[in-house]
Amino acid sequence: MTTIGPIENEIKELLTKELNPINLEIINESYMHNVPKGSESHFKVKIVSEKFETLSMIEQHRLVNEILKNFIGNGKIHALSITSRTPTQWKKNNQTKINVDDDKSPSCKGGFGK
Amino acid sequence: MNSYLFRIGSKTSGFLRSTQFVRSYSKHVKSESYKKALEDVETQVAESPCILYMKGIPERPECGFSNTAVRILQAEGAVFTSYNVLKNNDMREAVKEFGDWPTIPQLYVKGQFIGGADILMGLYKSGELSKLLNEAGVVKKDE
Repeated sequence: MTTIGPIENEIKELLTKELNPINLEIINESYMHNVPKGSESHFKVKIVSEKFETLSMIEQHRLVNEILKNFIGNGKIHALSITSRTPTQWKKNNQTKINVDDDKSPSCKGGFGK
Repeated sequence: MNSYLFRIGSKTSGFLRSTQFVRSYSKHVKSESYKKALEDVETQVAESPCILYMKGIPERPECGFSNTAVRILQAEGAVFTSYNVLKNNDMREAVKEFGDWPTIPQLYVKGQFIGGADILMGLYKSGELSKLLNEAGVVKKDE
């Protein structure tokens, strides 16, 4: 995916502004799903931020959901996969070899088109 | 009502804000069937020791994330009920409002919201899910 769509840009700006992440990856996974080409409906967000330091996983996800509520809440995007880490966790993980397939999103099963 | 909506829609500069206003307004005007759905979710979550709101059924999930959630629960040997949100749109929206969580799947154990597919995967990998399910008594006993 070489072109970044408007929604992806907006998401990036919002997350950067609110969470000041030390690492942020946004992947448009719409191509993996039963939606028209060029869609911006399914995203994966990998984010590392100090603001996650005291939060549990679910609180971290809720925080990201809250920031992106105008996208998920009103159906602008259909699915959001979140991988959130504190800087401590991320640094630790980056020092050991990680199997990149670990974070792969599951295959669609055709759900969205139904 | 229709002409009111049309007037809002015809303003181009504030269009997005207007549509969001209309959306949030219409959410407050809850239909009877939606109110019933909210009550049903509340009852189901309270009565079921372990319930997964998903798309499709465990034997045939209709979404990759729902499939992930099901497979993880099965790997843990969990005994759970499931609800297919695709068969009732009121329920689909009520589940999201009830848990204040915008996506499906959603797992509740003993009335407590645990999370969606990403969180379940994280908890599964760390071993916390196994602990949680065992403590809740929803794991099949080996015979």
